[in-house]
Amino acid sequence: MPVFTIARLELLIARRNMWVATAVIMMALFTVVLTLAGAAPTGTLGVDPLIVATTSVTTLSVYLIPLIGLLLSFDAIAGEAERGTLALNLVYPVSRGEILLGKFLAHLAVLGFAVAVGLGLMVGLTIWQSGATDMSLAPVLKLFVTSLALGAAFLGVGYLISALARQTGVASGIVIIVWLVCVVLYDLGLLGALVADGGGDFTKTVFPWLLVANPADAFRLINMPTEAVSLLASGVGPAGGVSGFAGQITSILLWPVIALFLAWQAFLRVEP
Amino acid sequence: MTVLKINAVGKTYGTLETVRDVNLSVNAGERVALLGHNGAGKTTLMRMILGLTPISAGMIRVLGNAPGSKASRSVIGYLPESVAFHAALTGREQLRHFARLKSVKPRAADDLLDRVGLSDAADRKIRTYSKGMRQRIGLAQALLGRPKLALLDEPTSGLDPISRHQFYDVVDELAQGGTAVLLSSHALTELEARTDRIAIMSKGRLVADSNLSDLRHAARLPISVNVTTHSKDADLVAAKLGGQRVNGRSVVLTCQQDDKVAMLGRIAGFGDLIKDIDVIPASLEVLYRHYSAAEQEGE
Ligand SMILES: Nc1ncnc2c1ncn2[C@@H]1O[C@H](COP(=O)(O)OP(=O)(O)O)[C@@H](O)[C@H]1O
Ligand SMILES: [Mg+2]
Repeated sequence: MPVFTIARLELLIARRNMWVATAVIMMALFTVVLTLAGAAPTGTLGVDPLIVATTSVTTLSVYLIPLIGLLLSFDAIAGEAERGTLALNLVYPVSRGEILLGKFLAHLAVLGFAVAVGLGLMVGLTIWQSGATDMSLAPVLKLFVTSLALGAAFLGVGYLISALARQTGVASGIVIIVWLVCVVLYDLGLLGALVADGGGDFTKTVFPWLLVANPADAFRLINMPTEAVSLLASGVGPAGGVSGFAGQITSILLWPVIALFLAWQAFLRVEP
Repeated sequence: MTVLKINAVGKTYGTLETVRDVNLSVNAGERVALLGHNGAGKTTLMRMILGLTPISAGMIRVLGNAPGSKASRSVIGYLPESVAFHAALTGREQLRHFARLKSVKPRAADDLLDRVGLSDAADRKIRTYSKGMRQRIGLAQALLGRPKLALLDEPTSGLDPISRHQFYDVVDELAQGGTAVLLSSHALTELEARTDRIAIMSKGRLVADSNLSDLRHAARLPISVNVTTHSKDADLVAAKLGGQRVNGRSVVLTCQQDDKVAMLGRIAGFGDLIKDIDVIPASLEVLYRHYSAAEQEGE
């Protein structure tokens, strides 16, 4: 199977280039810090400590997972085109779709491993801190699966940028801008519009859909209890509830498919 | 059996016509050299055969298959002009990866590393390789799975003379196994004994396609004969044969192929005056210049 042959090589390269180590260390470090910090003030409130932990880790993951996804993917096509390895790869009996899918599986595995280590540490620390043993692991599982979906979406976006830019330097610049827009500026823009609208039609009808259309926001809405969202996401949350869980889950599952499809189409047009 | 068939093929980038009306075929077991200046269109032609770039006019078939189709890609071995690999991988890892893509046993990759003389460096990272070593990995991957057609783009550039020799040994072996070999080169002299046919490209056109002696005949290029005499006799020999004295003891004569034997007879007539005779056929360089120039005059 050429897809797995490609994936296997990409995993080897990711290990050699320390991408696996970097992703794991980033996730582990931030998760541990946030778990420990998050537990301090809420520990006495009687809330399920694991809910508290997933909430604080979610706020972090919204930034970190898209970033790791983009960093893993921006070089995938532009880098090979630039270094001259692409032409030789395309001469082998393997389709561009298979090459893309192989890289995607490898990068998703790297991301999944990093998230799993992070969440594992989170659960372990929480149990150790609270001594509780009867916590529900459902929110953790939900966080893991949606983290993968969020990562997959941004991997796809990264490949798309990589195929369109064709130069790693350009691609790396664009992914940073895209990251800023998706996880920071988009929300700020919506918030601004919300304030300007003052609770009018926009707030009730357009806004919830605009919010959920961003996979990072959909991810945040799925993984945070509403009261936590209103607390942590500057009031953007409650109004988002209108689109419902179905809308959120559709958004976060559809994005990887759309992004990968567009990346594939762009890749088909790359002449090595 | 015709492995590669190129029929009236042309390529244009915008308004720039880089390959025009090229007809060429390569049979199984045949070694064909593609000669041409930088920018003549050799690489472009190979990229069209591989399906890496679309054809603007004409048709190419590899064992009856369209360029770029899986069927044609699985029978082609390709060595790009400036071959590159993932620097973080070892030679063995890279080659085994390619073997898997070609559905060849990884064991075959190890054998090929031996064959190109890289077994000692096989487990070192490619970033530590010299240009010549990278070229060897490139050759090894082109040989994977005994391709029906080998496309080698300037394969010996960057190789030292001994490596070049070894390289052509590998090419000979490949051709003997029935592979059709199309290789482009700048180093003309090395091709003389090592290829069956020579195709010359100039400004995107194919200006010659024949074996070396036919090309020589058709071009009617003079053969030079270098006669070494004892120094006191050089003037005499030069005057009688109508040649030119080049240094104290040598006389250079030129003649057409058809007159060669007669000329040698006359030289032999001098008997003891002659110490040595060298017959130097028109070199590929001269030949190449002749065909390129003829093409330019024709325009
Ligand atoms: N992608 C491209 N766009 C425009 N022109 C190109 C492109 N690739 C090659 N050419 C032109 O085609 C001509 C033939 O190039 P090439 O096939 O590389 O020659 P060779 O391999 O014989 O040195 C050159 O004039 C080159 O500039
Ligand atoms: Mg070239």
